[in-house]
Amino acid sequence: MSADAPVVGRSRQQEWLPILELAVQEVFEIMLGSHLTLATKFDPPPQGEFTAIVGLAGSLRGIVTFCCGSQSANQIAARMLGPDIAHAEGQVWDAIGEICNMIAGNFKNKLSGLGGLCLLSVPAVVTGRALRFHSMADGDSLEIVLLFEGDPLVIRLDLHA
Amino acid sequence: MSKIRALIVDDSSVMRKIVERSLRQAGIELEEVFEAGHGAEALGTLSDHPVDLILCDINMPVMDGLEFVRQVATMESAKGVPIIMITTEGSESHVVQALSSGARGYIRKPFTAEQVKEQVLPVLEKKP
Repeated sequence: MSADAPVVGRSRQQEWLPILELAVQEVFEIMLGSHLTLATKFDPPPQGEFTAIVGLAGSLRGIVTFCCGSQSANQIAARMLGPDIAHAEGQVWDAIGEICNMIAGNFKNKLSGLGGLCLLSVPAVVTGRALRFHSMADGDSLEIVLLFEGDPLVIRLDLHA
Repeated sequence: MSKIRALIVDDSSVMRKIVERSLRQAGIELEEVFEAGHGAEALGTLSDHPVDLILCDINMPVMDGLEFVRQVATMESAKGVPIIMITTEGSESHVVQALSSGARGYIRKPFTAEQVKEQVLPVLEKKP
């Protein structure tokens, strides 16, 4: 997946990026027993075959996207469900959608002052590499790339101004 | 504690399986587990199958978890069945809404089996 919105908003990025990273780390540590590491420029580029999207509405408006390759998606589903029942394609979509949902929820729950004023949408999952992402959100964008078993995961927050 | 019948309500089938596994890891013996993908489906299940415990998400299509809890409160056949919410909606106002609607506990996703145990065991032990 590629995105057409620039990653901007330096001050909010400095403030919220560590919170977003912590939200992702907690989801992976608690639900999968995995610790993620920050990617460097030497790591393999993201292969976005699975993209999960969760919308934010209310006091914080925008979308959270979670993007990973098929190997990571299968491995995430296997960690969540066990290897015997995670192979069905529907289970992989479901697992990736739920990961994105938990990341979005955990992130917004960590932001003080939002309270119940920010609501999440039901997640959607898109598969395939040949897609271009056009967010209508016109505010700040934050993005982090973390490694899960050596493969990159891209987590992005696009906010409406 | 005797074996229980549980109803797990979540639009994610993956999460339903994880919740069931967490119950087993918490040492709760399950006689039967019913699953539903949203509140309306869960109401249908409840009308046909009595259960001892309900674990329910909030954000779901068709009928969300808060509306489901309100509807269960009006069902004579489900009177006294403890409901624990398991959700990403972790704000104070959601907790207050859920508890005032009739839920007996609240677990925020992501969650551990230990957290499930801490919420579920007390309500099962208090059950008449």
